[in-house]
Amino acid sequence: MHLDHSHDTTTVVSADAARSDGTRRALRIGLGGPVGSGKTATVAALCRALRDTYSIAVVTNDIYTREDAEFLLRNAVLPPERIQAVETGACPHTAIRDDISANLEAVEDLEDAVGPLDLILVESGGDNLTATFSKGLVDAQVFVIDVAGGDDIPRKGGPGVTTADLLVVNKTDLAPYVGSDLGRMAHDARTQRGELPVAFTSLTSGEGVKPVADWVRGQLAAWSA
Amino acid sequence: MDTTSPHGASPGAARAALLVLADGRFPAGGHAHSGGAEAAVKAGRIRDATDLATFCRGRLHTTGLTSAALAAAAAVGADPLVLDEAADARTPSPALRTTARKLGRQLMRAARAAWPCDALDALAAARPRGAHQPVVLGVTAHAAGLGPEDAAHCVAYESVGGPATAVVRLLGLDPFEATAVLARLAPELDQVARRAAEAGRRAPAEGPGALPAASAPLLDITAQAHAAWPVRLFAS
Amino acid sequence: MTALAPEGVAATARITAVPDGLGGTRLPVLESDGPLALRRTRGAGAYARVTVVGAMSAPLGGDRLAIEAGVRDGAALTVDSAAATVALPGRGGRPARYDVRLTAGAGACLRWLPEALISARGSDLRMTTRVELAARARLVLREEQILGRYGEETGTLTTRLTVHRAGRPLLDQELAYGPGAPGGWDGAAVLGGNRAVGQLLVVRPEFERSPPEAALLGDNAVLTPLAGPAVLVTAVAADALRLRRVLDRALRTFG
Repeated sequence: MHLDHSHDTTTVVSADAARSDGTRRALRIGLGGPVGSGKTATVAALCRALRDTYSIAVVTNDIYTREDAEFLLRNAVLPPERIQAVETGACPHTAIRDDISANLEAVEDLEDAVGPLDLILVESGGDNLTATFSKGLVDAQVFVIDVAGGDDIPRKGGPGVTTADLLVVNKTDLAPYVGSDLGRMAHDARTQRGELPVAFTSLTSGEGVKPVADWVRGQLAAWSA
Repeated sequence: MDTTSPHGASPGAARAALLVLADGRFPAGGHAHSGGAEAAVKAGRIRDATDLATFCRGRLHTTGLTSAALAAAAAVGADPLVLDEAADARTPSPALRTTARKLGRQLMRAARAAWPCDALDALAAARPRGAHQPVVLGVTAHAAGLGPEDAAHCVAYESVGGPATAVVRLLGLDPFEATAVLARLAPELDQVARRAAEAGRRAPAEGPGALPAASAPLLDITAQAHAAWPVRLFAS
Repeated sequence: MTALAPEGVAATARITAVPDGLGGTRLPVLESDGPLALRRTRGAGAYARVTVVGAMSAPLGGDRLAIEAGVRDGAALTVDSAAATVALPGRGGRPARYDVRLTAGAGACLRWLPEALISARGSDLRMTTRVELAARARLVLREEQILGRYGEETGTLTTRLTVHRAGRPLLDQELAYGPGAPGGWDGAAVLGGNRAVGQLLVVRPEFERSPPEAALLGDNAVLTPLAGPAVLVTAVAADALRLRRVLDRALRTFG
């Protein structure tokens, strides 16, 4: 008689690589970075580049709206049932790092609803340079900054710039206009990150996201190996 | 449910476990919820610390008491599925039922990692989309070696702690003032927890009808409106 | 029967409705008691109708009033009242009790539509409404609480509405207002300064298959589907008139 609940799934306690039915779950990649650096545009471009090859879903963590989810819906990069928004109570870094329970629920719900999935992109709400994803939530993370935010960001470091599995420096087409030195950014990034990769992108061109997409393909190959 | 907890020496004797469970940093999703405070702020009903105090007091004695008693009943071993149904009957707003189950599911994940036990597994299997959060909390409290008063305290405190934190973010309210509001409510919180625990102890024998059903009309009304807002800071 | 309790009146009025075999409903039991006077009034269609008259000045402090109404399988009953019920202070400041016990059997229809309950200054009333429904019963139930007569402070009023359907809890709600209630009842979480609060509950078996969607009825009222086959309208308003306007609109849709 209770109309609210159905009885179709069980919950896995932690971020195990297997789902409750024993099958391997999707690879989860987090995308974080400051407000306006192009996280949502990167997610959209990745979906377009990879959706014909892989089964993809997206979780967005908006600061105070569903705008990022709605941007993705409007741009029809994926069918709506493959996009889920998590509300973060004005604390996006909490939802991806300190209390990941709502995000874990969202990725599990997506796998249940539209799975099997190869890849789930978890986009953080625009936050500051210290926001990183919990390893309990994602398998790898991308940190997106842009040249317009200042070419000293890589030098300043911070957990996102220093430890992300991939650092994306976006909007390279704007470098001449905002006086950012791409060479200096690349050098500083290498100093901060050692061997960890850096991708320079300009999403205004159709192929702009290719270095990120190639990196994701590499991660997927390693995950399913 | 057995009478000894798998993680505590004797039920009700644990204390530090209560600090872990009641910690605002316990990763169970509470940080994204305002307990109706966001809607009250937008409606102009909460403008300062005085309004916050009245809001919290009203919430404590209504949904706080009701939820605390459900948790206490679960902590003394009343059938959690019966309590879950009783929680549904005490939650006319579908938005609040959804929130309670969502938070219950999130708490379940944290609880099973912190205090794994058969009772939590059984409830998770029976309610895979989440049981009402206070019910999960009561079962968790028992698993952690805590008693019904502990469970009731934890839920009663959450019922006011969440809104207070949210209003600090929503209004830029002085966090010291917000904390002072909670501190001044502490004696009433103790009373509510005691009343909830007494009712909870009667529930296994008398059924869920022995539990309070105190409700707050405005919380029910505004929760439904809030759930439909296109722009909001908090999930509820 | 009416008994003169040491500090107030104890009275229980009773109604039993059964099908009359001709598509209508008859009332083999219609017992008035003390201040609770029942009159059979003109019903509509298959419904028999009973109007509670004379409860106007009751309950006083110390009174113990009760109404029991049973609608047997296949019968249809409307109960309303001629005027609002005013809770008044009584001798010795003792609380009054008012207990309503309703049952409806398979295929039975009960419309419980009393006028508002007004809590006068200094009064203390504890009211309970307990409804037991068979799985195939239909119910329309309205409750209105007005806190104080015009320009008057409220008394203390606690109400509990408990509805079971097929033996399972469907709705359980307690409200507590006034000087004897715990703190915060007038604040932003509970009433927000409003002085009228009401509910309309509609239970229909067919809602199990197609529950109505939740809907906002203005700023201070909402229609919500319950976890079982029922909808509840919850409303607060500045006064009785505005409250009734909202509930009447819902009643026209679902009544």
